Amino acid sequence: MIESIDLSLVNWSRAQFALTAIYHWLFVPLTLGLSFIMAFMETIYVKTGNPEWKRITQFWMVIFGINFAIGVATGLILEFEFGTNWSNYSWFVGDIFGAPLAIEGIVAFFLESTFIAVMFFGWKKISKKFHLLSTWLVAFGANLSAFWILVANAWMQYPTGMKFNPDTARNEMQNFWDVALSPVAVNKFLHTITSGFVLAAVVVIGISAWYLLKRREMLLAKRSIVFASVFGLLSSLFVVLTGDGSAKQVADKQPMKLAAMEGLYEGEKGAGLIAFSVLNTDKEVGDGTDGHLVKVEIPKALSFLGFGNFNSFVPGINDLVKGYEYTNENGEKVTEPGAKEKIQMGRKAINALGDYKAAKEAGNSAEAEKHLKILRKNFQYFGYGYLNDPESIVPNVPFTFYSFHIMVILGFYFVVFFSLVLYFNQRNKIAEKRWLLRLAIVTIPLVYIASVAGWVTAEVGRQPWVIQDIMPTIAAVSRLDASSVQITFWLFAAIFTVLLIAELKIMFRQIKKGPEGEE
Amino acid sequence: MQNNYNIFKRIFYFYVDGFRNMSSLGKYLWLIILIKLFIMFFVLKLFFFPDILNVKYDNDEEKSNHVIERLTNPKSEKEDD
Repeated sequence: MIESIDLSLVNWSRAQFALTAIYHWLFVPLTLGLSFIMAFMETIYVKTGNPEWKRITQFWMVIFGINFAIGVATGLILEFEFGTNWSNYSWFVGDIFGAPLAIEGIVAFFLESTFIAVMFFGWKKISKKFHLLSTWLVAFGANLSAFWILVANAWMQYPTGMKFNPDTARNEMQNFWDVALSPVAVNKFLHTITSGFVLAAVVVIGISAWYLLKRREMLLAKRSIVFASVFGLLSSLFVVLTGDGSAKQVADKQPMKLAAMEGLYEGEKGAGLIAFSVLNTDKEVGDGTDGHLVKVEIPKALSFLGFGNFNSFVPGINDLVKGYEYTNENGEKVTEPGAKEKIQMGRKAINALGDYKAAKEAGNSAEAEKHLKILRKNFQYFGYGYLNDPESIVPNVPFTFYSFHIMVILGFYFVVFFSLVLYFNQRNKIAEKRWLLRLAIVTIPLVYIASVAGWVTAEVGRQPWVIQDIMPTIAAVSRLDASSVQITFWLFAAIFTVLLIAELKIMFRQIKKGPEGEE
Repeated sequence: MQNNYNIFKRIFYFYVDGFRNMSSLGKYLWLIILIKLFIMFFVLKLFFFPDILNVKYDNDEEKSNHVIERLTNPKSEKEDD
């Protein structure tokens, strides 16, 4: 159905979006977490009146300001890309995508232009309590902004609360709360922002560890470490909890993504969770070979984590391609159609849309009604109609699998890391443990890797869909020349690399300089 | 003296004083923000990222027809043809 679309155009458009999204994301999580760390630190200052806490708060506020200034508005480029590179998608999603993004823009503008200014300009001009309120509002505002973006993303993973209008080719929102508070959106929000808290805590500990290694700013470093290690430990435990929630949502709504995350080709009851594996990269769907060259798995754990039952059936990639039967929780046999059947239903829906439009234009309302019924009946598989073969529904398994496992391994490492830092800091031995201080610095790039790996799992794992089951990437893309997309890809790569280098240089200089005033 | 001004003037002077007394780091960061916004809106948006549907079509009906054509006939021509 889509032979005419240049795959290099789709791949370059995806690469461009991925590049800008990843670079944008490098700036975001530190803002999300550090804003709360600053707010808590300032609260201690206001409660105790101890000027050292004010000095500590102001130092982290400067780091926050640098990150914010470099990162602010980088997300707007993604919106430019929607209009140019993904014009079919932009129109098709209608106000469902537009509404959360508009709310985010308004919230971000008002909070950022007012309270960030109050936070930076107001130290000597407003009362301590009003300043503290401004800092808290910046923290809540930044995280609320993230909420609306994640609502839009969650809707792409689990489209709900809308109805497709065949006259306008747009999805129209039927229930705002179904969109805003869908289980995928709520879980994604909690998982993402708390991962930002973990990232910020690691950054605070890493910078503080550098001061301890240099035997500078000892009080600032130790107090910051106490605070960040508690904040980081609680957040990392919450990330594990919400990660479990995410896995359950994926198991229910995006089973192919779950199968790719685990490299599970043949579905089974009581499926094990892969603890370690080397994937067979020559593996092809349905070839009968094992997807893993070597693997260590925890028996039945995937079934339990996915469905809350050690004996639940977890469909594999082959099952999802070919179709399968399973017994649901009520003991009934359910048949899940394979991709081939879904492709046929999708094509019926696409043809029905064209026929409906033609009948409407011809003024034949009875014929239009007939085609509308066919469209409505098959719309849930609309996107399948653009796929050429059933295997097209399989994402890049190695990329998804390794990204997921890197994220999970690092996630558990952070729990151990925060526990160790907290333990030695409470025993007042942190400054002597130079190995731990060096480890804290090394952990900074690791937390960024984990954060990006999480997004790679979420976004690569849901391919080929830009909107799950309804629109594949290949139908969403604008038919531009692939060469023009390549040019903008390299342009963005250059601009964002300059911004990242600028951020790192300014930040390193400021860290070397240290906080204002005497210790 | 500014305490005698009304609320709007006080807010205005709050910002003016804030920018006037900003540290050199703050001024440097603002310079980066302004350069970045200039590149984004006056170079990228203007020359590289037109909103295809807004540029090619005047009203929502035309945009709808175009997208329906794209969705129902994936072999249709490129955007700039």
